[in-house]
Amino acid sequence: MPYFAQLYNFACWLIGDRVAAEDLVQETMLKALRGFSSYQQGTNFRAWIYRILRNTFLTSQTGLKATASLDSEDDALPEPATLETPESILLVRHEQSAIRSALESLPIDFREVILLSDVEEMSYQEISQALGVPMGTVMSRLSRARKAMRGLLTAASEGVKR
Amino acid sequence: MTCDTWRERLDAYIDDSFPPEELNQLEEHLRVCPSCAAEALHRLKLKHATKAAAAARFAPSSEFRSRIAQGMPSRRKRLFGDLWIPGLAVAAAILIALAGSSVWEWHAQRQQALAELVDLHVTTLASVNPVDVISTDRHTVKPWFQGKLPFSFNLPELENSPFRLLGGKLVYFNHAPGAQLLCASGKHQISVFILQGDWKFALSGTFPASAREKGFNIESTRSADLRILLVSDANPGDIHELAELLKAAQQP
Ligand SMILES: [Zn+2]
Repeated sequence: MPYFAQLYNFACWLIGDRVAAEDLVQETMLKALRGFSSYQQGTNFRAWIYRILRNTFLTSQTGLKATASLDSEDDALPEPATLETPESILLVRHEQSAIRSALESLPIDFREVILLSDVEEMSYQEISQALGVPMGTVMSRLSRARKAMRGLLTAASEGVKR
Repeated sequence: MTCDTWRERLDAYIDDSFPPEELNQLEEHLRVCPSCAAEALHRLKLKHATKAAAAARFAPSSEFRSRIAQGMPSRRKRLFGDLWIPGLAVAAAILIALAGSSVWEWHAQRQQALAELVDLHVTTLASVNPVDVISTDRHTVKPWFQGKLPFSFNLPELENSPFRLLGGKLVYFNHAPGAQLLCASGKHQISVFILQGDWKFALSGTFPASAREKGFNIESTRSADLRILLVSDANPGDIHELAELLKAAQQP
């Protein structure tokens, strides 16, 4: 099964529960099979299957709950104190646990775009297909997501300092 | 452009999605602006750190893997009786079969081939000596390839066309030798790859007629057993026009 392990990892990040992630991957496979005729040659298979997984997630109970809290994409996440001091403090403290908890606390649409871009290393075009949004939206969302991520990491590292 | 304008676009840069035609300008700025360079580096490091922290963090258990392969339902559903999902085993089997052979592999190969072509084009443009035979004359360029390639091809007369031949060189693509010709169309350069069309994905005729990869336009056409691939940042219409000239030249 192509991308089985990656899909499972992505599902866990989205849904936050291993058993629920298993169901999600399983459901995705079934839908992929049923929808195989809708898979168009020339479109990106990886983007296609991630899109199925994500849409399945969004219509699940957890997904509905996760998105219900997202009235606006501009949320009250802390803005980075300053973007001018990247290197020194932050990098040292970018430990896995800090990044993981930052990712976990990002709203779902920020989290998924970062996962697709940084973890799955998809191109903007693939992400646009996977999320079903235009490239411009991918870019602006990714930019805001990373800003939010840096904000969280800055806040975390300043918390440590104090 | 100001630092702020560049910064807004640094994400595209670290994601390898920066428009190639503006890349030089950005990299020039990064060379002279330590602050933007530090910011770019920082973002790149964060991208890598994110991958390290989040990729493969959750691995499917072997129990789940085998359950999928055998078409058994999830644990939770099994609490309500021994349900068996017939479709699931079939889905797994079909997806696994496909994974091993046709569609995905072909797809992956094709993506890889497109990326490889773009890399060859970019490397050529970046090179101090982009071509091995420098000539605008097809009667010089064509014979240069004789004896170097296991096949032959014709070059069209470009005299009255908007294109200029700049030269050519040998390339290896998919472990087979081919010709790379460099042409100019206005300010744009176009790489033309002439290859023997016997690679797996080309056989099926499924190589896309046109595609976009890393900001470059790619056009593919064939004539007899030759496959002609064009890569450029020129607009697709111009690329297509050159492709048609090349194709026509192969007709006896
Ligand atoms: Zn600057």
